[in-house]
Order: sequence, then structure tokens, then C-alpha cells
Amino acid sequence: MLKKRVIACMDIQNGEVVKGINFVDIQRAGDPIALAKRYVDEAADELVFLDITATVENRKTLIGLVSEIASQINIPFTVGGGISTQEQAIDLVRAGADKVSVNSAAIKHPELVSEIAEVLGSQCAVVAIDTKYEDDEWWVYSAGGRIKTALKTVEWAKQVANLGAGEILLTSMNNDGTKAGFALDITAEVASAVNIPVIASGGAGNIEHFADVFTKTKATGALAASIFHYGEISIPQLKQELRNKNISVR
Amino acid sequence: MIAILKYNAGNVQSVGNAIQRLGYDTVVTDNVEVLKSADKVIFPGVGEASSAMAYLVERGLDKVIRDLTQPVLGICLGMQLLCTSSEEGNAEGLGIFDNEVKLFPSDDIVPHMGWNDFSKLEGALFKEIKVTDDFYFVHSYYATLNESTIAINNYIVPFSAALQKGNFYAVQFHPEKSGRVGELLLKNFLEL
Repeated sequence: MLKKRVIACMDIQNGEVVKGINFVDIQRAGDPIALAKRYVDEAADELVFLDITATVENRKTLIGLVSEIASQINIPFTVGGGISTQEQAIDLVRAGADKVSVNSAAIKHPELVSEIAEVLGSQCAVVAIDTKYEDDEWWVYSAGGRIKTALKTVEWAKQVANLGAGEILLTSMNNDGTKAGFALDITAEVASAVNIPVIASGGAGNIEHFADVFTKTKATGALAASIFHYGEISIPQLKQELRNKNISVR
Repeated sequence: MIAILKYNAGNVQSVGNAIQRLGYDTVVTDNVEVLKSADKVIFPGVGEASSAMAYLVERGLDKVIRDLTQPVLGICLGMQLLCTSSEEGNAEGLGIFDNEVKLFPSDDIVPHMGWNDFSKLEGALFKEIKVTDDFYFVHSYYATLNESTIAINNYIVPFSAALQKGNFYAVQFHPEKSGRVGELLLKNFLEL
């Protein structure tokens, strides 16, 4: 049976792991390689590295970090942050990334999703969607949650799936950093609207929240960052309790 | 020396890393003599079937692969290209395995992405590996079942998770991304 995936995310700035609370006010949390190895030992199913600065000068640092991660880590990992061309995606996959995640650049140029899928395969092409509930609608935000777009979340999710995305990483900005649980309504809506895997992100605060998102939505993965980094939830204990609830995990 | 076939597909780096972690020397190559004389050959791959096949044929690598006599391990797209044909881009395969490669029906989420276990396992490749062990899969196309099937996985339909015929071995999942059990499978192959 296909297992639900528990995914640990690391936000990277200048080669170090950081985590924002509601996308601002950044704190330090550690060395990415050391943290990644800890997650492999704890049986995390996948890792996500998001370069939150993503400037031209940081691009080389990121490629170097991706090679280092690939040489030491034997589970799949996704790299995202500031990827705006097919060439950048290819460079990251050559360096050892299993998947690349695009966000703002795909909003500007949706054909980027197809370009990545065509050359690297759909399974490499993750589209990250930052969504915020305002005025009775879930709107797509770009630029790391700074710019509101005119895109409605479910419509955008369907569009990227049609363009060849192999996975959607859906982050609710309303929930992110709150530890009050995943946004079950929009996650359920998106996961039912598309036929590709959806990862729920933003808001995990306890084990029950993971159980909820796996039982109440079709999301096949659930992602968290700081609660894992700071040891507030241990992944082995999370998985044991999910198993106790008859949720199939590795 | 373990040769990893160099062609226009991704993921070559990860396979090399995994084998080096097990203490073996690797070379990524499309040189015919190096491939022929290697102890083992790995045919990795993440990518699109018809363009990958065209690349192999253009360089005469299709014939080189068919004529290899040492143990060969196809991984993911590498496995699919060792079959007779693929629905992906209507590609013709190398025909080592008499299996067809088909697109999953859209009854469930496609691609099949994540950790999954087996309904059947057999042979030296799976020494000390149990049917309940999970490996990492990510694919939209699958190889049908036949007498070469040595592992079966169920996702939408039952399909070949691994194949073997003579010196040719192939796995649909990614052992290089499957943690400790993945390393065990690679070690089993390297010790054949």
C-alpha cells in the first residue's frame, strides 16, 4: 500500500536553515546537512529545501549545498526558491535534486512548468502554491507571500496540473506558523480537483493535525518545519501514532 | 569498477553517490570499452522514454547494452527502456524483457509517488528484504507482469516492481533514494 508521506522542510538562507513565523521575523535553526541527516535517521519520507533569499550570488552556494546534500542523503529531496528558468531547474537536478519546486516564476510564466516537465519529467516538476483566505476566497500569493495575485487557488492548481506539474505543495499563509492545524478546507478542495499528489503545508502543531489532514483530505503528504527542527514533534512518535490510527505510513 | 551509463537522463549523480557510499568505485560513461569491461553496469534514469531511446540509438548504445554479459541493473526509466515498448512517446524499447510499458489508468493519483511495499518478492536481488519493506517509487508508466517479474507492486493495477532475465535485472523503484533497504538492494546487486 502506498504510504502517506511525512515531509520535513528546511528554509535556507546563506547556506543555513531558518524558519519564519508567518513568513517574517526569521530565527536560526541549524546546519542543513546535520538536520537533514537527523531527519533521514528519524524516517522522514522526503525533505524539502527552500532557498528563501534566492539571489544570483546565492545560486552557486545553493548548487554546492544541493551536491553536498545529495552525496550524504539517501531519501528524495526537493529544492525550491527563486527558480525562474528551465536551465536553473536542470542545474539543480544535475547537482542531485530529485525534484525542483517553482512558485512566483510559474505565476509570471506558466509555460515554465511545461518546460521543466518536458525535459526533466513531470515527477521533477513541483509547483508550490502560497494561498491566503481573504474576502470569501482562497487567493494565490507570489513573491514569498508578499504579492496578492488575481489567481484563485483551485483554478491555478488545475492549470499547473494540466501544464504537466507532477506535484503541488500547498501552503496556507493563514495557517503557517500558527500551530493550529493545516487548512483542511482548501487542501481538500485542491486535492480533489487535481489528479496529482498534493502536499499540505502550514499550520502543523501536533500529531492530531497530521491525522486530520490525511483522513479528511486526499493530500498524500504533509509538511512541517519548525515543529520538527525544535523537536516539538518527533517523527518516529508521529508515525507510530498515525499507525495506531490505521493511517498507512512507512 | 561499476559503470553507470551516461545518457540524456537525470539522476545519474544520485546512483553514483549511493554506490560510492557502499565503498565501490564508479564511472559515469558512454564509452563502449569501459562499459564492456566493467564488473557491473547500472542503467539509471529519470526522464522521457522516446527521447532517451532516440539518444541511445543515435550513439549505438542500444546494441552495446543488449550485448552486455555482466550483471546489468536498470532503474526506473532504465528498466522501462529494457522492455519491448513504452506508451510514453510510443517508444520502442531494447526488448531484453518481454514486457510492455503502459500509462497508469487515471483511477487514482498519477504519478505513483511515494513509499510502497510489495505483494511478491523473489531472488538474490531481494536477499534479506521483506515484502513489507517500503521503497521509493515515482513513475506514471508501469511494466506489465510476466515470467520475468520477480517483484509485484499494487498501485491502481498490479505491475512489475522488478524484473530479471539472465544477467539483466531491473527495478521500477529508486533504491538509491530508498534509505537503508535501498542500500541493501544495491549491495545485493553489487555482490551478485
